[in-house]
Amino acid sequence: MVIERIGSKVIKFYVPLAAYLAFLLFPFYWMVNTVFKSDMELYNLDLNPLYIHSPTLGNIVTLFTETIFLRWMANTFFVALSATIISLVVSLLAAYAIQRLQFKTSGPTGVAIFLGYLVPQTILFIPLAHTIFKLKLWDSLWALILTYPTFLIPFCTWLLMGYFKSIPKEMEECAMIDGASRIKIFRRIILPLCLPGVLSAGIFCFTLSWNEYLYALAFISSSAKKTVPIGLVTELVRGDVYHWGALMAGALCASVPIALVYSFFVDHYVAGMTGALKE
Amino acid sequence: MAEVRLEKVCKLFDEVVAVDNFNLSIQDKEFVVLVGPSGCGKTTTLRMIAGLESITSGDIYIGDRLINKLPAKDRNIAMVFQNYALYPHMTVYDNMAFSLEMHKRSKDEIKERVQEAAEILGIQGLLLRRPKQLSGGQRQRVALGRAIVRKPGVFLFDEPLSNLDAKLRVQTRLELKKLHERLATTAVYVTHDQIEAMTMGDRIVVMHDGFIKQVGSPLELYDRPANQFVAGFIGSPAMNLFEAELNGTGDGVSLQAGDFTLELPPDKAMHFQDYTEQKVIVGIRPEDFKRAAEHSPGQTIPATVEVVEPIGNETYVNVTSGNVTLTAAVGRRTKIEPHSTLNLIPIFENMHLFDIRSQISILGH
Repeated sequence: MVIERIGSKVIKFYVPLAAYLAFLLFPFYWMVNTVFKSDMELYNLDLNPLYIHSPTLGNIVTLFTETIFLRWMANTFFVALSATIISLVVSLLAAYAIQRLQFKTSGPTGVAIFLGYLVPQTILFIPLAHTIFKLKLWDSLWALILTYPTFLIPFCTWLLMGYFKSIPKEMEECAMIDGASRIKIFRRIILPLCLPGVLSAGIFCFTLSWNEYLYALAFISSSAKKTVPIGLVTELVRGDVYHWGALMAGALCASVPIALVYSFFVDHYVAGMTGALKE
Repeated sequence: MAEVRLEKVCKLFDEVVAVDNFNLSIQDKEFVVLVGPSGCGKTTTLRMIAGLESITSGDIYIGDRLINKLPAKDRNIAMVFQNYALYPHMTVYDNMAFSLEMHKRSKDEIKERVQEAAEILGIQGLLLRRPKQLSGGQRQRVALGRAIVRKPGVFLFDEPLSNLDAKLRVQTRLELKKLHERLATTAVYVTHDQIEAMTMGDRIVVMHDGFIKQVGSPLELYDRPANQFVAGFIGSPAMNLFEAELNGTGDGVSLQAGDFTLELPPDKAMHFQDYTEQKVIVGIRPEDFKRAAEHSPGQTIPATVEVVEPIGNETYVNVTSGNVTLTAAVGRRTKIEPHSTLNLIPIFENMHLFDIRSQISILGH
């Protein structure tokens, strides 16, 4: 009986889980695998590609010496962080206003923000490019910091709206009778209660900004101002020569911060995504 | 001194009338209960007093101050909500201290007043816990504590007991009543539970469809309901209400309903001059029946027992007589079999009669 039950659990749970995990992690394995191989080994088709036969740090050295990878990392970090902060502040205020202030156009405003999210980035970047050019922000990190919120704010606003909705109105009314102003209620009651929601919105913003490709490619041209995704692809693919080792080294280094952020906040992130304020 | 006065208060929600022409004067230190079925406007009225809902027309005064436009925080009130609305991320102490903090009281004063309130409610041991770690009854106390630290002019209660289980509700009801006597503060209490209203209120305001149906002390409402709604709402089990025709004039007035006729005593008959040969609604409370050994036409109601409900301290029987269904209290330990016949004598002094159209009492209450 017991053995049967364990067997059925293995088949129904662990085997699919292992398969899924292998599927998801294989690209990472391939990435790490490639980083520590020399070009010679990489292009030798006679060797088993799943193993590293003679490990080397050459690709990492190339990445850090022949490109300004650290500068790109710093750029990316600065852009992602700034865009996240701007988006969070705007979304928090917007979501709270739409959800709680009950002005006449609160419903349509919510829908309008959502519609903004539906416009594909590939179309939106044309008018945005024009605007950026007019504002003389071309080839500056501010071009990215100011354009990323166009796709970050709608999602965050909707995420936070759902969150605010789960906070009983009476709590605010009670605070109001207790003598707190709107701003105080927001700061002392709403924000602490929405922390998981704010965190997941923040992680979402940070990840998307960190990985963003299209706007960065369109608005940035000088090497010193590139972000990691653009820097790697434009400077480690020279003509039709792919510097796979260095490319993968860059990809690996760039995914570490994101992985850290996720593992640090994973509990909050899950709670935030499933919404609901639990009693 | 905090009397609360509502004058011609109306509230509309998008053309729907929630409260209509509400006039009430609540004395200082009085405990007034607003009671009625859901959707009757009682909570809306309370929220208008609290300042959580705007007033469409009319005036509300607390003391001598007109407070129509005054923000909730300046009305010197405290409110206890149905779901307690405790701040889940704060400790009990912080929950209770919040309003004092907002009013910029000194740390020492806050501490002293929170301690004092905690002592009154017996929750000193819970001050460092969070709401999540409390039982329903304890949360209820904290919500009360949060209201009393303020020492407000008026307490507003919005169905504060309805989330508690039956036993705890009865117990808390008593405590609330004691607390009110101790604090001697004006209180407005909203509930849909008429027993709660009867046991707690100095005065009860019965509401229905946005209107006040009657205002009075609990026993006034019970003994002299002004209309059919109050008659049916107050009292449990509810008053028997049935249609009957008034016949005869002068001293010989009788009621005809179902399979029976009841001759009314002459002192009641004087009210009925306008109603001869007309239908009226008769109201008799279950406990206002006596049993007769035999049926005597004109005096008793011959009825067939349908259901017997012994609840320990009383036995209720559900009987029919023709098309009239009645509930009667027949004493604590009475053996009655279903389908047996029962002869009931109504106590005429306690009988109520209502106009069939206006539903207003025709006994002049």
